Amino acid sequence: MRAVLTVIGKDAVGILAKVSAKCAECNVNVVEVTQSVLQDIFCMIMICDIDKISTSFDDFSEKLDTLGKEENLSVRVMHEDIFNSMHRI
Amino acid sequence: MFNTHDILETITMIQDENLDIRTVTMGISLLDCIDSDIDKACQKVYEKITRTAKDLVPVCNKIEHKYGIPIINKRIAVTPIAMLAAACQTSKIVKFAVTLEKAARAVGVNFIGGYSALVQKGFAAGDYALIESIPEALSITDHICASVNVGSTKAGINMDAVSMMGKIVKQTAEATKDRQCIGAAKLVVLCNAPEDNPFMAGAFHGVGEPDCVINVGVSGPGVVRAALAKSEGLDLTGVAELIKRTAFKITRVGQLVAKEAASELGVPFGIVDLSLAPTPAVGDSVAHILEEIGLEKCGACGTTATLAMLNDAVKKGGVMASSKVGGLSGAFIPVTEDAGMIDAARCGALKIEKLEAMTAVCSVGLDMINIPGDTPAEVISALIADEAAIGMVNSKTTAVRVIPAIGCSVGDELDFGGLLGGGPVMEINTYSPAKFIHRGGQIPAPIQSLKN
Repeated sequence: MRAVLTVIGKDAVGILAKVSAKCAECNVNVVEVTQSVLQDIFCMIMICDIDKISTSFDDFSEKLDTLGKEENLSVRVMHEDIFNSMHRI
Repeated sequence: MFNTHDILETITMIQDENLDIRTVTMGISLLDCIDSDIDKACQKVYEKITRTAKDLVPVCNKIEHKYGIPIINKRIAVTPIAMLAAACQTSKIVKFAVTLEKAARAVGVNFIGGYSALVQKGFAAGDYALIESIPEALSITDHICASVNVGSTKAGINMDAVSMMGKIVKQTAEATKDRQCIGAAKLVVLCNAPEDNPFMAGAFHGVGEPDCVINVGVSGPGVVRAALAKSEGLDLTGVAELIKRTAFKITRVGQLVAKEAASELGVPFGIVDLSLAPTPAVGDSVAHILEEIGLEKCGACGTTATLAMLNDAVKKGGVMASSKVGGLSGAFIPVTEDAGMIDAARCGALKIEKLEAMTAVCSVGLDMINIPGDTPAEVISALIADEAAIGMVNSKTTAVRVIPAIGCSVGDELDFGGLLGGGPVMEINTYSPAKFIHRGGQIPAPIQSLKN
């Protein structure tokens, strides 16, 4: 099972590091990263493998939410199925 | 595998354009709770609802987190209570309402629907008592929704029930006049009521349904409007196509949530209701879609045509996205629940007569309309008869949910708060239809009913 993690906000030093540290903490494996900075807005999409997650999905999502609030970023984690159903027939 | 554009599109829809699952509604049959002793029946009802729906709210919360999509309402629809009342040797039917309220609070749902009677062809045992208890039931509870089906294409219109409902709507408003007449906002009079509708106030669990079922209603007027705003210069064929594609995406999310909720709860998945349901929040309005397509204000000439196209495109897009479709399925036009409709009603662009025309081409009827408190009951009954006639002849669901604003006149405002919103009291034609209403009887089923 995979989750899609998105981070959007003002660019700053260490965003990628902080988010991937949270993933590592919960034994979530980052499979793919796409990242861009457009006019000072940082936008990152991570595809993560959550098969061996060491906590519950809710807890993982909560942790990222807290991180988002601390860093003033919009951090969301969503199960991949929502994208599959919406954009694939 | 994933396309960045697709991912960001989904996130924008949820974050900025108010895409949400409007309701996950669990339908529960109470046929096995029927008992001639009302106290025993109430005990069985309470036990069945709290046992069957105990996990509904936690499961919905879990799905919300998993997919990152808000599920606004968790609701329950039950077998029309008039059927349980039929067996009871008492007139204290309101005990069922108290029980349902207690059960709703115990499982934490937002609304419980099914304080209902189906009387399109006449009254059976229990129907009178239930209908007469509606004003009291809605004044002493907060979570109950009541509905009465007074007509159908197959049966015609029960004008005795229509006459009765005009009075009941007024009495319900009177009974809650210290709370903005909110009782009337939870009472709907239907024609061709669907048995699997997940939306309130008309939700009930039909007798043809399984013991327990999950039905889901999606939302997303904001998403449709945003898609149109981003695509300047389309002709109406293009607009319809764009709405279809957007409705497909919205409905797919509903289908995903419905299947997941059904499987987690271990009950069958019923239907997805393909609806555009507005909220009073800015950016979540059906009226604004119509205005985005090119009307200065909702209610202008052209509104009916625009709404007809919108409604049809939503269904065409949605039907392929879901394996089972049902309920009301179409665009909703509740006045007080839609920021654009409220504005249009305030400035006089939108009138009840125009809304009536609109109901001929969309999924429901005259919904959430504040009318003057001194409107005679016969006028309300006649309004119900008009709507029922539109539904009967066009083989579609229509409904009336009007709120007589006791002590208020045209231009005053009621504010219900939450999803029910608020808005101005609208003018209604008060030339008397009393003689017509007092005739009573049954309007026979139209020729369209003879399909065999």
